[in-house]
Amino acid sequence: MPHQVSVFAENRPGKISRITELLSENGINIRAITISDSGDYGIIKLLLDKPQQGNECLKNAGFASTLKDIVAIKIDDSPGGLHKAAALLAGENINVEDAYGFTIREKNQAVFVFQVADVPHTEKLLKNAGFEIISDSELYFI
Amino acid sequence: MFYQKEIETMQRKEIEALQFERLKKALDAASRTPYYKRLFTDSKIDITKITTIEHLKDIPFTTKNDLRLSYPDGMVAVSKSDIVRLHASSGTTGKSTVIFYTQKDIDNWATLVARSMYSTGARKEDTFQNMMGYGLFTGGLGLHYGAEKLGCMVIPSSTGNSLKQLQLMQDFNTSIIHITPSYALHLVEVIKENGINPHDLNVKKAYFGAEPYSEATREKLEEQWGLDAYNCYGLSEMNGPGVAMECSCKNGMHIAEDYYIAEIINPETGDALPDGEEGELVFTHINREAMPIFRYRTRDLTRIIPELCECGKTHRRIERIKGRTDDMMIVGGVNVFPSQIESVLMNVPEVGNNYRIVLEREEGLDRMHIQVELYSKLFQGDMNALKKLNREIGEKLRALITINPRIEFMEPGSLPPSEGKAKRVIDNRKI
Repeated sequence: MPHQVSVFAENRPGKISRITELLSENGINIRAITISDSGDYGIIKLLLDKPQQGNECLKNAGFASTLKDIVAIKIDDSPGGLHKAAALLAGENINVEDAYGFTIREKNQAVFVFQVADVPHTEKLLKNAGFEIISDSELYFI
Repeated sequence: MFYQKEIETMQRKEIEALQFERLKKALDAASRTPYYKRLFTDSKIDITKITTIEHLKDIPFTTKNDLRLSYPDGMVAVSKSDIVRLHASSGTTGKSTVIFYTQKDIDNWATLVARSMYSTGARKEDTFQNMMGYGLFTGGLGLHYGAEKLGCMVIPSSTGNSLKQLQLMQDFNTSIIHITPSYALHLVEVIKENGINPHDLNVKKAYFGAEPYSEATREKLEEQWGLDAYNCYGLSEMNGPGVAMECSCKNGMHIAEDYYIAEIINPETGDALPDGEEGELVFTHINREAMPIFRYRTRDLTRIIPELCECGKTHRRIERIKGRTDDMMIVGGVNVFPSQIESVLMNVPEVGNNYRIVLEREEGLDRMHIQVELYSKLFQGDMNALKKLNREIGEKLRALITINPRIEFMEPGSLPPSEGKAKRVIDNRKI
């Protein structure tokens, strides 16, 4: 299953640049980034081409950083594309804790990445419903 | 202007005689408590050989730590059925300091407060709005009972809710307020913002207490509000507010010498200092049934004013408190020690060893921010987990220090290291 890197950051100017600088120096590419903010502090979530290495870099530099399991699926880049997946999850009473998405222009497709409590169970449900689960290695090189 | 003329104007010799008589009684009672019984035995003190007030100096000091060690009732001199109330204040770590009162103790305390209020000119016709915290803290209930004893109409409005405070002042013609100076500074602004000239209110007197403030602030507050402000000193170990209070002369706080024996000592050596010299204030409570305490080290620095006061009261005065000999903080009138906060934080695995306490004043009210570093190895990358942790730390601290701090998570390594003399408390409050 794929991973994202979650990094704790105080809410102040420069919070992203300190992280992006480190990743850039280490030749790690960022596929997607999102921030959950609580006012005083936030968690920066990074989809990296080399998540393990990125996590180690950040930890070694003193950041509170960790790898989180995520679910990534392909959806159609057309109206209702995301709704199909969301409706399925809702029907199964699965709470999406945190999510983001991005499109792949050439393929007319989109990727929906999200965090849930039980990753394997959610993956199985989606698979059975015909969704294409994106694997670890595949996701980072889309 | 005396409420108990005979007591308030006693000659020094008579005061000392009364003090000695009450000291003997208190010693007798104390010798029945587990704490003092052992102390007297261990220190080879024969209380029957205490024949003058000077002998008080043979008794060891009592500290906040002694109160903590004898928690909850190691210093109680009466049976539980005779106790009618308790109050509590912060201990330096873990347990609070708890003080017990019999009905007589509550009555005596009320009389003492009524007497002190009377000497500022308060009378039964007054309306007294008590904007101090009610609860375990002694500030609210202490003056509440005193004002009722005096016959005032008491409005127990407690802290906060400025518009309500203003409305009560207007609707009930409040003539006396009891308030922390910081809140008084804020409230007067609120009053002005509402288009009201504070001088048009009926508020003529204010009792300021529970936190340190300067003479310049008193003058500013008196000018802005258009009232006379009187300083009020107390600590829960000695009942609460009313231990010493200013009279109409507003020139130092008269110690209630029929209730307390005051000493000033050198905080380093423990040696007695003569009147007039600055040092640590030490109190012996000689008029409390439930809990006699001898030579309690307040950690407050001041001096006894040697000259007699113009008001005619013979009880000696202390100057406003100059500072502390320890690191105690006063936050919204509540005493808090950094060690209490540390004791909670050190038991939370998800946070590191470094922390910082930042004190701010927002809209006249004290706010405590506690900055803690997250421990990187236990970081779960989950906002909900962080919020839950934040709430848990907040609740644990509130249970211990009774105030509600704001917990701020910091990145690992962002606070000064714990080695050496790291500055743990940043006080940004100005008064």
